[in-house]
Amino acid sequence: MKVLVAVKRVVDYNVKIRVKSDNTGVETANVKMSMNPFDEIAVEEAVRLKEAGTASEVVAVSLGVKQCQETLRTALAMGADRAILVETEAELQPLAVAKLLKEVVAKESPDMVLLGKQAIDDDANQTGQMLAALMGWAQGTFASKITLADGKAEVVREVDGGLETVSVNLPLVATTDLRLNEPRYASLPNIMKAKKKPLDTLTPDELGVDVAPRLTTLKVEEPPVRQAGIKVPDVATLIDKLKTEAKVI
Amino acid sequence: MDDSLIPRRELDFLLFDLLEVERLAERPRHADHGRDTIAAMLDTAEALARDHFAPHNRKADEAEPRLENGRVVTIPEVGAALRRFSEAGFMAAVGDAEWGGLQVPYSVNLAINALFSAANISTMTYAFLTQAAANLISVFGSQAQKETWLPPLLAGDFFGTMALTEPQAGSSLADLRTRAEPQEDGSYRLFGAKIFISGGEHELARNIVHLVLARLPDAPPGVKGISLFLVPRFLPGPDGAPGEKNDIALAGLIHKMGYRGTTSTLLNFGEAEGATGWLVGEAGQGLAAMFHMMNESRVIVGNGAAALGHAGYRQSLAYARERAQGRPPGAKDPATPQVPILRHADVKRMLLAQKAYAEGALALTLYCGRLIDDEHTADDAPARAEARRLLDILTPIAKSWPSQWCLEGNNLAIQVLGGYGYTRDYPVEQTWRDNRLNPIHEGTHGIQAQDLLGRKVRQEDGAAFALLCDRIEATIAASRDTPPLASHAGALENILVRVRATTAGLLAAMAGGRAETALGHASVYLEALGHVVVAWLWLKQARVAQAGLDAAPAAAEHAFLTGKLAACHHFFAWELPRVGPWLDGLAVLDGTWASLPEDCF
Ligand SMILES: Cc1cc2nc3c(=O)[nH]c(=O)nc-3n(C[C@H](O)[C@H](O)[C@H](O)COP(=O)(O)OP(=O)(O)OC[C@H]3O[C@@H](n4cnc5c(N)ncnc54)[C@H](O)[C@@H]3O)c2cc1C
Repeated sequence: MKVLVAVKRVVDYNVKIRVKSDNTGVETANVKMSMNPFDEIAVEEAVRLKEAGTASEVVAVSLGVKQCQETLRTALAMGADRAILVETEAELQPLAVAKLLKEVVAKESPDMVLLGKQAIDDDANQTGQMLAALMGWAQGTFASKITLADGKAEVVREVDGGLETVSVNLPLVATTDLRLNEPRYASLPNIMKAKKKPLDTLTPDELGVDVAPRLTTLKVEEPPVRQAGIKVPDVATLIDKLKTEAKVI
Repeated sequence: MDDSLIPRRELDFLLFDLLEVERLAERPRHADHGRDTIAAMLDTAEALARDHFAPHNRKADEAEPRLENGRVVTIPEVGAALRRFSEAGFMAAVGDAEWGGLQVPYSVNLAINALFSAANISTMTYAFLTQAAANLISVFGSQAQKETWLPPLLAGDFFGTMALTEPQAGSSLADLRTRAEPQEDGSYRLFGAKIFISGGEHELARNIVHLVLARLPDAPPGVKGISLFLVPRFLPGPDGAPGEKNDIALAGLIHKMGYRGTTSTLLNFGEAEGATGWLVGEAGQGLAAMFHMMNESRVIVGNGAAALGHAGYRQSLAYARERAQGRPPGAKDPATPQVPILRHADVKRMLLAQKAYAEGALALTLYCGRLIDDEHTADDAPARAEARRLLDILTPIAKSWPSQWCLEGNNLAIQVLGGYGYTRDYPVEQTWRDNRLNPIHEGTHGIQAQDLLGRKVRQEDGAAFALLCDRIEATIAASRDTPPLASHAGALENILVRVRATTAGLLAAMAGGRAETALGHASVYLEALGHVVVAWLWLKQARVAQAGLDAAPAAAEHAFLTGKLAACHHFFAWELPRVGPWLDGLAVLDGTWASLPEDCF
C-alpha cells in the first residue's frame, strides 16, 4: 500500500514566539523553522509501516513557500521515499490545504493519508477532518495506535474520557496524537541519502485550486502576563478564596 | 529552550558567513556536504544535544562513576546518549567513506562537537576520544589494523582512549617508562602503569581501544625511544569479535572536581603475562604520531572550553533577563518595580565580556578546523602547506586561549548570578568546575607556551609567525577604509608592530644565552599573542557583521549583528589594551622568575 504524509513547516517548538509590533501575526523572519512535531509523528508512523513491509511507498507532501523543501528533506531523511511540494507564497488556511491535498491524493491514489492532528502554529485541528470529508473517506483522528489488517484499520483514538477504538475501512485519513510513537532523529547518512531522493514541485494553479483565504485575522496579541501567585496560610483560606475571589468552586 | 545550547544563528554565522564552509563541497571529499546537508546535520545535533545530552549533565556530575564488584558503574543516561549519538552517525562524521565514515568537514564537526559539549561535556568526552583514536589509526595504522578497528570505532561499537600519562611522566613525556616486548607473532607485550586515562574503563562499549605510548627494549632514552601501540581491553577472537580479556587492570578511579561523568582511570598494563598490543606506525615514531593527532586534539580541547564559555554565558544571560533587582540609577522610588539585572551596565559588562570570550574562542577553534580542512583538501600543495604552517602556530593558542579566558568567562557567569551562582541549585558552578580542567590536560598552559615560543615561532626560520602576521595585516588593510572598523584596524596595526619587535627580541635573547629567562616568560607571550589573534578574528567577524547590517536586515538579525559589533568593540576597548603592558614586560625580561633561588620561597 501507499502512504501519503502531509508535513508543515512551522516555527520551531523551542523558539520563544514574538508577536509582530503591528499585531498582524507572529515574527517569522530569522526564526528557526522545523517540521510540525505532530507531523514528525506521522512521518515516523509511515516509515515504520514501510519498514514492517505493510507500506510499499511513503510520499511526503508539504504546501507553502519554497523553504518547505527543507521540511520535506527532513521527511526524506527520516525515511520517506519521495516528496512533493505544492509551492505558493499565498497564506494557506486549513480548507485550502485540504483542497490542495485532495488534488494531490487524486494524482497519487494512496491508501492512507497521515497528518498531524494539528499544527503548533495555528492549532487549528481541521485539515485532516476536512480532507476526509472532501474525499468522502473514513477518518481516524487523534490516533495513538493504528493497526492495519484485511483492508481495514483499527485506530485507537485519544478522546477526552480516555481511549476509543474504531474500526474503519481503507482508504483512510488518520491524524496523529503524541503517544502514537517517538519519532526518530534524521541520521547523518540518511540526511546525505535524502539529497538524492526525488522532490517534485506543483502549484495551486496546476492543481486547479482556489486558495483564497476565507478567514480574516483581525489582531494577534501576546497572551496576558501571568500574575504572581500568593501564599495562603491554610487550606480553609484557600477554599474561601477559590469560592469568593476566583469563583471557581 | 535549554539555556546552555549554542544558538544556531551563532553557529551559522561562524560556519557560513565567516568561514564559508559550504564552499568545501567543491572538493571531492566533501561533495555531499552542501549548506542544506550541513544545516540538517546541525538540526539533528541540536535535537539530540537538547533531548539526550543536556538533561543528564547535572546528574552525571552528582553521580560520579563508581566501582561495583570490579566493574565501573555509570548512570545509564550516558550510555544511552552515546548510543543515539553513534546511531545518528556522529561518531563516524569525519571518518573516511572507505571505513564507514561520512567525510564531514572537520570544521563542521567541531561546530557539532561544540553543540554537544555545551550541553554535556563529560558525556561528549567519550565520543571525542573515540573519534580521535579512529583518526589516529586511519593516518598511522596498517591496512589490517584499519580493517579490524576502524569500522567498530566509527560505528561507536568500540570506544577509544589516549594513554600517555604516567605518574612520573606528565608534562615530561620523555620520561615515560611503560615497556613493550616484541613477541614472535609480531605482537607486543606491554608492562607499565598509566594514570589519568580518560574513558579507560567502563561498560559503555563492547570494547575499549587504548592507544598507548611505550618503549621498545632497545629504544634510546627520551622522546626518540617512544612508540605507539594499540592495546584493546578485549582481544579479538577468531571471528574478530571481542574475546578474551587483555592483561589490563583497573587500579582505581580518580575523583575529580569536574568532567565527573567521564571515568578517569589508573590502568596497570601487564600485571601478569603482559598486555597484548600491536605497534601502530613505525618504532620510535610514537610521539610524532601522537603529536600529529595532538594538534587536532588540542584544538578540540580549546573547542570544548569555548563551548563551556558559551554555556556559562547563556546560563547567566537567561538568569539576568529574569532576575529583578534594583532600579536604574536615578530611579530611587521604592514603589516602582525592580528591573531585571540585565538593565544594569555592570551586569552588561560581565555578559559582554563573556560573549567576547566565548564567541572569540569559538571563532578561533573553528578557524583552526577550517585550516585542518585546508591542510587535507586544499586544491594545491602550497595551499596545503600554508594551512599546515598557520595551524602549527595557532594550535597552542587555540588550546590555551579558550581554556584561560572562557574559564574567566565562567567566573563572571557565577558573578552575574550573585549568591545563587555560588549554590549548587544553578548550573554555573558546574560549568566553571568542568572548564577548570582545560588549561591542564592535553599539555598544560605552561607547556603550550613553551611549544609556541620555543618551537612554533622559531621553526622554519619564523615562517609560520611571518605568515600569521601577513594574514593579520591583510585583514587590517581591508578594514582601514571601513569607517566603523578603521580605528580597530589602526589599534591592531600598532600592536602588531610591537608584537613583531618583541618576538624578535625574545628570539635574540634565547640565542644570546638567556634562553631560560626568555622561556620563563613564555606564558606571557602566549597570552599576548593569543589576545592579538583573537582581536584579529573579532575584526574579521565585525567585517562580516557590518556587511550584514549594511543590507538593512529585519529586527532580530539587526540585533544579532549589532551584538557582534558590540562584542568586537568591547574586545578592542578592554581586552586588546591589556597586551601593551605584557609586551612591556617581555621587552624588559626581568630575571626574577628564572633566577630566584628555590630556598627563597
Ligand atoms: C581530568 C583529566 C583527564 C586526563 N586525561 C588524560 C588522558 O586521557 N590521557 C592521558 O594520557 N593523560 C590524561 N590526563 C593527564 C594530563 O595530560 C596531565 O595531567 C598533564 O599533562 C600534566 O601532567 P601532570 O599532571 O603530571 O602535571 P606536571 O607535569 O607535574 O605539571 C605540574 C605543573 O608544572 C608545570 N611544569 C611541568 N613541567 C614543566 C616544565 N618543563 N617547564 C615549565 N613548567 C612545567 C606544569 O605546567 C604544571 O603547571 C588527564 C588529566 C586530567 C586531570
